[in-house]
Amino acid sequence: MSKQQTVYLPLDSVAVSLGANDVARVLEEDGFTVVRTGSRGMHWLEPLLEVDRGGERVGFGPLTLENTEGILACLRGGNYDHPAYVGPIADIPFFARQDRQVFERCGVINPVDVTDYEAHGGLAGLRKALDMDPKDVCAEVFASGLRGRGGAGFPAGIKWHTVADAEADHKYIVVNADEGDSGTFADRMIMEGDPLLLIEGMAIAGIATGAAKGYIYLRSEYPIAAEVLQHAIAAARAFGITGSDVLGSGKSFNVELFMGAGAYICGEETSLLNSLEGKRGEVRAKPPIPALEGLFGKPTLVHNVISLCSVPKILEKGAQFYADLGMGKSTGTMPFQIAGNVKQGGLFEAPFGMTIRELVEELSGGTRTGRPIRAVQIGGPLGAYLPNEMLDLKLDYETLASHGAGVGHGGMVVFDDTVNLLAQARYAFEFCAEESCGKCTPCRIGSVRGVEAIDKLASGQDPEGQKELIADLCEVMVDGSLCAMGGMTPIPVESAMKHFPEDFNIHPAKS
Amino acid sequence: MLRDTLQQYVGQTGGLLQGLLAVQSERGFLPPNIESLAADVFNVSRAEVKGVIGFYADLTMEPPKKVTVRVCEAEACQAVGSRALKADLEKGLAYSGADVAIEPVFCLGLCSVGPAVQVNDKLVGRAELTNVGRHVVDAMEQAK
Ligand SMILES: Cc1cc2nc3c(=O)[nH]c(=O)nc-3n(C[C@H](O)[C@H](O)[C@H](O)COP(=O)(O)O)c2cc1C
Ligand code: SF4
Ligand code: FES
Repeated sequence: MSKQQTVYLPLDSVAVSLGANDVARVLEEDGFTVVRTGSRGMHWLEPLLEVDRGGERVGFGPLTLENTEGILACLRGGNYDHPAYVGPIADIPFFARQDRQVFERCGVINPVDVTDYEAHGGLAGLRKALDMDPKDVCAEVFASGLRGRGGAGFPAGIKWHTVADAEADHKYIVVNADEGDSGTFADRMIMEGDPLLLIEGMAIAGIATGAAKGYIYLRSEYPIAAEVLQHAIAAARAFGITGSDVLGSGKSFNVELFMGAGAYICGEETSLLNSLEGKRGEVRAKPPIPALEGLFGKPTLVHNVISLCSVPKILEKGAQFYADLGMGKSTGTMPFQIAGNVKQGGLFEAPFGMTIRELVEELSGGTRTGRPIRAVQIGGPLGAYLPNEMLDLKLDYETLASHGAGVGHGGMVVFDDTVNLLAQARYAFEFCAEESCGKCTPCRIGSVRGVEAIDKLASGQDPEGQKELIADLCEVMVDGSLCAMGGMTPIPVESAMKHFPEDFNIHPAKS
Repeated sequence: MLRDTLQQYVGQTGGLLQGLLAVQSERGFLPPNIESLAADVFNVSRAEVKGVIGFYADLTMEPPKKVTVRVCEAEACQAVGSRALKADLEKGLAYSGADVAIEPVFCLGLCSVGPAVQVNDKLVGRAELTNVGRHVVDAMEQAK
């Protein structure tokens, strides 16, 4: 029997949306052993097929049903002379310039194979944590300077200490995998490509804070992530990463997957907790903070997926190693996501401190349409629209904050010069009206009034009066909203008006 | 039966929501008697059940069309023409008279390869009339 050649092909949603499953079928019919992996994050090359060439992974992409047979013929003949050949993955500039701490295994290993995970450095962090005093694990996370990657950028270590110090019969770890921000997909990619990393991070958090149960709250728009996670949870349990005797330590930690039901606001942590309790996802007033009274009123550590996925490396290599990456108070690496009208979009993990322009122009090649970049929205639907002149800003929490913007979850949405910022400002209000949990009047009603005011402005009904009204509405929303949904919707609106005033200069209509 | 499906979630974390989602995924929608039934099974008020159903976009009491086309309407897809695509799809499908619903979705996590569309359970990146149309035809075939 001749040995079957092994090839690697992503199961990632992006690759699948571009035909990876059809290609996989052809490969299997042709007798290749297909290992489905995560994506390398170079989405313009998907579906990207990889093979081992003398100990090095090389690729062909993008694959289509038309070029697959030709590529397979090359592979059988040990020949790499093909127009879709992209050479060694590690040498592609978009990849070579990254510093992959969180995504190092994504696209390399079989995502649900614990042996493969361990062979590529997995479980080292959890083993280390199990040998330490739980207090010291919290201290290590604190010393690393890790800040929450879900949007608010709150120091993780403070939350860990708070939950660890709370006295209670039950405590919980809750993973916020609601990733609702347009332009973001880092959580999805790691859950599809290296879900055991998330489970390892959760287990470390559980052991450090004294929580024996963890939930992953996953948005329903991610069916592939759900399937991979289910398999990973089962594999972790079978291997003993979770269960009643975590890696033979005698400690207990269990993980359960919980599906959301199509509500953006459930990404807000207290709304998420209500949803996890099976209720309407209404936002809760804080205090009490979830770290003290969270799920079912018990101390709960709520973290974004990437925050927890950053933890194993901190334990493995030490807080100092992590703190030395990045700049100032923005330590470590961030998986930036480059999306929208972009030629070569995808995920780029790097320490904080690169400029927006380096990412969207140099590395991603500008717009897909070939037209000039006019605006970049950074940090999701509640993030600022920045004009081209501001793209030399450095990507770190403090620099962006001082310019009225935020890193958020690391998403960047690129627009070319055909974008109309008045339409985008309208959408920001519309989205808020659609997704508001309804608890605060300024958010629920103010957003609807905002849409109306923009429509009147667009049709030239007392434009100056409408602009004043919009400014007033924004002020009321900032002051009178319980959470950032209402409180930050003014950011995209006002940044659009400030940086792109020409789009709002409407002549009064003749009456 | 309906009651049995719900019953499995009694006492579970978030049981009411998960029970409703289970019924929804089994039947494609929530039948008219769901409010009283779920209230009874979970020992909560009908108002609470109604409140939960009303809150979540995924829960619906409308029977679904044979094919549902979900078009991403969020920013990254707007930047590559999702508004125009949606308008074209609506026009095209209105002509065809097929049993197809077009619905908005806010981000499928395919923001680097938009416009993003989902036809029943199939994800479509860099969506255009042609590739979406092909998936709609396939989905109609499968639904027969
Ligand atoms: C409207 C709104 C939506 C949010 N959506 C998300 C989300 O999808 N994912 C996420 O991790 N955090 C989201 N957050 C932030 C969470 O409330 C919370 O800060 C986060 O889960 C804490 O985890 P971290 O410290 O690891 O960032 C959202 C906040 C608001 C106000
Ligand atoms: S600001 Fe909006 S989303 Fe947030 S609690 Fe108030 S009504 Fe709900
Ligand atoms: S914005 Fe359309 S898929 Fe994310």
